[in-house]
Amino acid sequence: MMRWRVRTWSPVGGMLLLLACGAGCSRRSHVTVGSKVFTESVILGQTACDLARSTGADVDYRRQLGGTRLVWSALLSGQVDLYPEYTGTLSNEIFAGQNVLGEAQIRRALSEKGIEMTRPLGFSDTYAIGMREELAKKLNINTISDLRNHPDLRFGFSNEFLDRGDGWPALRTAYGLSPTKVTGLDHDLAYRALANGNIDVTDLYSTDAEIEYYHLRVLTDDRQHFPEYQAVFVYRADLRQRAPEVVDAIKRLEGRITQSQMIKMNADAKVRKIPEDRVASQFLSQTFDLVNETAASGFWDRLGRRTWEHLQLVGVSLLAAILAGIPLGVVAAAFPRVGQIILGSVAAIYTIPSLALLVFMLPLLGIGWTPAVFALFLYSLLPIVRNTHAGLRGIATPIRDSAAALGLPAFARLMRVELPLASPSILAGIQTSAVLNVGTATLGALIGAGGYGQPILTGIRLNSPELILEGAIPAAILALAVQGLAEIVGWVAIPRGLRLKRET
Amino acid sequence: MFELRGVSKSYGPAVALHPIDLRIDTGQTTVLIGPSGCGKSTLLRLMTGLLRPTTGEVLFRGYQITPENLLSLRRQMGYVIQEGGLFDHLTAGRNVSLMARYLGEPQDQIRARLRELAELVRLPVELLDRYPVELSGGQRQRVSLMRALILDPAVLLLDEPMGALDPMVRHDLQTDLKQIFRELDKTVVLVTHDIGEAGFLGDTLILLRDGRIVQQANLPELVNHPADEFVSRFINAQRSPVDLLRVPT
Repeated sequence: MMRWRVRTWSPVGGMLLLLACGAGCSRRSHVTVGSKVFTESVILGQTACDLARSTGADVDYRRQLGGTRLVWSALLSGQVDLYPEYTGTLSNEIFAGQNVLGEAQIRRALSEKGIEMTRPLGFSDTYAIGMREELAKKLNINTISDLRNHPDLRFGFSNEFLDRGDGWPALRTAYGLSPTKVTGLDHDLAYRALANGNIDVTDLYSTDAEIEYYHLRVLTDDRQHFPEYQAVFVYRADLRQRAPEVVDAIKRLEGRITQSQMIKMNADAKVRKIPEDRVASQFLSQTFDLVNETAASGFWDRLGRRTWEHLQLVGVSLLAAILAGIPLGVVAAAFPRVGQIILGSVAAIYTIPSLALLVFMLPLLGIGWTPAVFALFLYSLLPIVRNTHAGLRGIATPIRDSAAALGLPAFARLMRVELPLASPSILAGIQTSAVLNVGTATLGALIGAGGYGQPILTGIRLNSPELILEGAIPAAILALAVQGLAEIVGWVAIPRGLRLKRET
Repeated sequence: MFELRGVSKSYGPAVALHPIDLRIDTGQTTVLIGPSGCGKSTLLRLMTGLLRPTTGEVLFRGYQITPENLLSLRRQMGYVIQEGGLFDHLTAGRNVSLMARYLGEPQDQIRARLRELAELVRLPVELLDRYPVELSGGQRQRVSLMRALILDPAVLLLDEPMGALDPMVRHDLQTDLKQIFRELDKTVVLVTHDIGEAGFLGDTLILLRDGRIVQQANLPELVNHPADEFVSRFINAQRSPVDLLRVPT
């Protein structure tokens, strides 16, 4: 229930809070925790959230934000205050080519950017290369060097590993590998592809739950190519001034998570399908005797919270689209030249894939609620603008002339005659927008805006149809409900004379 | 009432109306008549200010119609279009009273005026609560006429008001209109292509062809002294059932 309140307050309430609290008003410290898009990062982020909350802080969790670059830039810009990271990633990707090696050098490099780092949490999640045990046995492959003798093996790497400097390109050079077939795919899909025999070799993380589950052999890194990937938390230096108690709480994790504990937590989440928040709270209650109320939230609580988040996304963006779309449609209908530009622009926005639009929005508006609402607003514009324009242009010339000949000024004609006559068309546009909006809003979860997209996203990551349905079914029901509501609104809002006309 | 000086209307290279000079006398019923595309509707729309002339000027009660005075001048004109141009989202009564309500006239005054007008146009007053789709074509034209008259305009401009009605309804409405025009004693400008209707209602007939005035006269003069071959052909183009039954000699 705590999370619910946090979410409800965040956009509008946050502003009110700022207004209400002048100088000298004591305020709960506010912390935004981020995580990358894989399970271990989500679990670690969740433990940080729970620990921060235990100090009484107001915590926002932007889970599974994206890849390293995205979460890192969110940290730099202050959109998140802290997130779990790995020393190897800091050395080889974030400070790539700057020869930043070892904890002390990383710490120095970070401090130049106003970022600090905890001591290692205790386990290392390094890159490793794995194969199916039986195939490795058959071909007698034990080390990565052994792969050189088998160029016909099919290599399938996670997209991130394939792209990053310390990933495949470096590995290939270090071991002189030249396989004939290398493909990129999602990290979670790679395991299934490996198990199904679609690929033979893939990259792993050394704490992955699937190593045991799928009976994989981890090949020895005989040239010590992969650097250490010690798990740490990175946080903004200003967090220590703002909320020292939160930093202290996070630091309690230093040296407390062992390799086997992390593998178990990953297995709990990925194999046993236990929600990450419960996995985190189990670990914390065992390690620190810390009890967290949020993890105990039941199905109906989750559903209620997500429904509320989803309704906020849809409601605010749709309302904004109506308020902007109708005037734009009116202008487009009144001035054909400008109208061409307006209609062309909103149609062009509509053709941008929604995922791409959300990503474009990141540098401008950051992550979370605001950019999600803005993107949904842009999407909802087209049907409303187009239908307003069509409804107004569709009014017959004799009707227009009659209104003009009465001596009504243009604005009065618009309000008293033209808009009411166009209302069935305008309402149909709003209805279309609303239904599309409910579906598109599920993508909001990608940038941390919550809603029904949250369980869908998690379900895809964990390969859990139940979780996907937990988001997809309510989203479908909400879309139908919105459709029904629009029918009722139409019944009330469309003038009776026009309804009679439609029936005849 | 109206004075047109050298007024013409072109759409690009297409000339709808060649430059004409014309006076519409106060208290008279003037009928603009001619075949389709002759420019009669264009002429009427120039008078209402719905069209702006390409050349020349249109004067209404001595004032040149300009974008600035257009709205106030229009409130002194009543305009009825073919098929009425009623607003489907408003009841008949609200259609009629739209302008009066916009100008903020008192409710009871509006109600009294509605009853008075309904009686004038011979429309049962209870029909005012119906929506346009619930009315017949003839009833809609009567409502439309009421709407044109609500502000007690100086002139009534009717653009083929009976064009879409069947012959019997049209006949009744023509009879009523003649009566109404007499009772109102207003200046009326009517557009029609029906010579019978024109002769029945009009004091002066203005016959147009291809954007030019061919002849301006009353019916007897038009019949007895047609300006040219076209005028007599136009007058005699309509078949009368009585003529059809006449035994050919």
